[in-house]
Amino acid sequence: MSTPPPLLSLAGVHTHIGAYHILHGVDFDVPVGQVTMLLGRNGAGKTTTLRTIMGLWSASQGSIVFDGERIGGPGADGGGSSAVRTPEIARRGIAYVPESMGIFSDLTVRENMLLAARSAKRAADLDTARLEWLFGLFPALRRFWLYPAGKLSGGQKQMLAIARAMVEPRRLLLVDEPSKGLAPAIVQNLIAALRELKATATTVLLVEQNFAMAKALGDSVAVMDDGRVVHRGAMAELADDEGLQHRLLGLSLAAHQ
Amino acid sequence: MLDRLLSHDRPRNRWLAMLLVAIVVGVALTPFIFPGTKALNVAAKVIVFIVLAASFDLLLGYTGIVSFAHTMFFGIGAYGIAIASTRLGPTWGALALGTAFALALSALLSLVIGLFSLRVKAIFFAMITLAVASAFLTLASQLSDFTGGEDGLTFKVPEALQPSTGYASGPVLGASIDGRLLSYYLLFVVALLLVLALLRIVNSPFGRVLQAIRENDFRAEAIGYRTVVYRTIANVVAALFATLAGVLLALWLRYNGPDTTLSFEIMLDVLLIVVIGGMGTIYGAVIGGVLLVLAQNYLQDVMKLAAAAVQDVPFLSQIVSPDRWLLWLGILFVLSVYWFPSGVVGRLRAMRKGGADRR
Amino acid sequence: MSAADALPKARFDALPLILIALIALAAWPAVGSTSTWVTLTVAGLAMGMIVFIAASGLTLVFGLMDVLNFGHSVFIALGAYVATSVLAVTAGWTSAASLLPTLGAVLLAMLAAMTLGGAIGLGFERVIVRPVYGQHLKQILVTLGGAIIGEELIKVVWGPAQIPLPLPDALRGSVLIGDAAVEKFRLVAVVVGLVVLVALLYTLNRTKIGLLIRAGVQDREMVESLGYRIRRLFVAVFAAGSALAGLGGCLWGMNQQIVVPQIGGQVNVLLFIVIIIGGLGSTLGCLVGALAVGLMTNYVGFLEPKLTMFSSIGLMVAVLVWRPQGLYPLAR
Repeated sequence: MSTPPPLLSLAGVHTHIGAYHILHGVDFDVPVGQVTMLLGRNGAGKTTTLRTIMGLWSASQGSIVFDGERIGGPGADGGGSSAVRTPEIARRGIAYVPESMGIFSDLTVRENMLLAARSAKRAADLDTARLEWLFGLFPALRRFWLYPAGKLSGGQKQMLAIARAMVEPRRLLLVDEPSKGLAPAIVQNLIAALRELKATATTVLLVEQNFAMAKALGDSVAVMDDGRVVHRGAMAELADDEGLQHRLLGLSLAAHQ
Repeated sequence: MLDRLLSHDRPRNRWLAMLLVAIVVGVALTPFIFPGTKALNVAAKVIVFIVLAASFDLLLGYTGIVSFAHTMFFGIGAYGIAIASTRLGPTWGALALGTAFALALSALLSLVIGLFSLRVKAIFFAMITLAVASAFLTLASQLSDFTGGEDGLTFKVPEALQPSTGYASGPVLGASIDGRLLSYYLLFVVALLLVLALLRIVNSPFGRVLQAIRENDFRAEAIGYRTVVYRTIANVVAALFATLAGVLLALWLRYNGPDTTLSFEIMLDVLLIVVIGGMGTIYGAVIGGVLLVLAQNYLQDVMKLAAAAVQDVPFLSQIVSPDRWLLWLGILFVLSVYWFPSGVVGRLRAMRKGGADRR
Repeated sequence: MSAADALPKARFDALPLILIALIALAAWPAVGSTSTWVTLTVAGLAMGMIVFIAASGLTLVFGLMDVLNFGHSVFIALGAYVATSVLAVTAGWTSAASLLPTLGAVLLAMLAAMTLGGAIGLGFERVIVRPVYGQHLKQILVTLGGAIIGEELIKVVWGPAQIPLPLPDALRGSVLIGDAAVEKFRLVAVVVGLVVLVALLYTLNRTKIGLLIRAGVQDREMVESLGYRIRRLFVAVFAAGSALAGLGGCLWGMNQQIVVPQIGGQVNVLLFIVIIIGGLGSTLGCLVGALAVGLMTNYVGFLEPKLTMFSSIGLMVAVLVWRPQGLYPLAR
């Protein structure tokens, strides 16, 4: 049985931000159609990794390959300032939900969604079926459709951020700590929504500190520390090995959530 | 000993040092080397603008602040002694009083501006100072009873400095020894002292903090330096030096009007000097000052020749017309910002023997 | 979260709009006669509209790309000079005192000013601004340099002397509204201003490009992450802003009836005051600021001409004391 090639593959990626050397050779793969968790302590370099994939920061060394094409690292297609590359990277089908969510607070929920739907010129062009599906997952969106997104609660904003990433089919979703600061009930909603997304065979790279969420959703896992990947494997494996969890993340499943 | 005088901020390049020496000697001996009133006037203007530009460099080059209000302080100094001499008569006391008032006013205004606006982003600050400077220009033009309005004030200087006062029976080495000459050397000596003082300031611990703030104000604040305080002090110090430059100019011209010191053209001249000469060096102000003033006065003659050569070509003749010297200076300015951000001084210093030393 | 939770209302911050009404109302007793007040108010609104047109590009460019263009004055001057040329060429249309050909000539002047402004704007962005994105200090210096070069080139083309720009006959004089004499040209300016305002509001609020601009002003990076090449958008906005500046210059030149090479610089200070009052990056703020300054300048110009410049600065200081970031600061 041959496994399909990974959708996203990082090899020896280094990232420098000014004088700071943040990523020291990141290697891991994101298998297609699965949810890959990116875990690690604060400051391990998880957010930097996502931003580097997205082209917001340049990889000074190594390579990032998406669907067989090089999108990051020196010599990649469209090399140059990251401002040229990020839109191109997004257009290849990668959606990014940053830690700060990136919600445009002065725009309405509707306008936020419209913006994320590249093919739609007006709200009427949005795929109704897909919208209905999203409203089913995130009812608040329908209620606040015409209100400025800034008026939403933290949890609702997070829903909007994820819904935005899903308003059109995408190949890969990069999500950065969606459960941060959210109440447990909302986190459950989030997990349910992401499960449904998983069912549509969308590949997800999910950064999380909430291990329960990781265990509920993840198929594979990569653990980072100090700008490197220190463990790769199946989620199930890590979930069963409390000793390994403790070593890698300084916690055990029972103690955290 | 020279090192101490220059506050250990040496030119660090042979060519630069030679140029500076040549400039100092040239300016010092102008009355004897270059005969005629025009040369003397040009040299006096060079002296004044060097001080003005050097004080602006303190703000722009060392602290990283763009302030369009700088010419306002220049004007305050000039109007200070102009008004004092007009009202109190041409005495040394009047000069002293006028200077003192001007310095006090400048200190106050720069303090207020600094505290009010230095908390905000650089762009904001630049725009606000532009508005304030425009207002001041309008004010000076309108308070004609006080300032002579658009026509300005012509006044007499103390007898010792008047051109009619002679000190020797005949000319010595080609220059007549009179009050004018004395004025010139007064300007020269004061300016020299002011520039050396500025060198002292920028090389002091205070100056280093300013540079740290310019590089990364976030970090400076984090380390514990109250950036607003330092910026305000820099603002005040620069204003005071500019005021003194204004005093010198008015003393020489025995006249001051809105266009002499307050116009936006002067502000642009200062910017050109500092950027082309080299920001954050003080020496840049010297080189740039000489370049600009010479260009203003002699470039036009050069351009006249070029204009004569192409006078039948319609568009070309307009571009090289001597009246359009500012066009070329503007182009030089833009090119400097892109390709010679460290100016003439920086370029010279970068030309080190062996080339191994990179900034 | 139950359905009974009160839905957040989208509240529109109308307080600054009241500011304009306040200025107008406060001036009424000061001016004394209602008819004069009406004349001054229309003049103020007209001036405000012209300044708004000229400044809207400046504030939008700053909001979207964090670039403050000190060379904006060049496009204003260009617009004014283009107006002189076009109106000179179409003298045949304007010499007849009939309205329609005159309006045609004026329309042509405005279109020419906008086209040239936009075209030069494209070049300006490419050559002067693009190399210094993100470096505020260099931007100030370089755009100033561009302004110097621009002004000199204008002198090369049109000569350094002032050029009179007399209003065409059909637009001279005033119409009577009740007791008040309202200058015809001012009415034209107000109408043009309203058209531009409506067009701007429509583009910003009802088109996808407008959406991109509004989003980009808030969070440039996120817009890029959504797959939009915001650099291209910026070039377009810069060109549009320059075109609007050209239009503003055309109208300003006709308002002043005399055009000098420094005309851009003269209005520039006013523009800066207006966008500071309005809040850097806010179009609505720019409108409110411009109207407030226009009204203020005209009322004070009538009551105490020497204080006009200070009235604008005073207004700016007062607004900054109330709202240090301007009337409608951007939520970034």
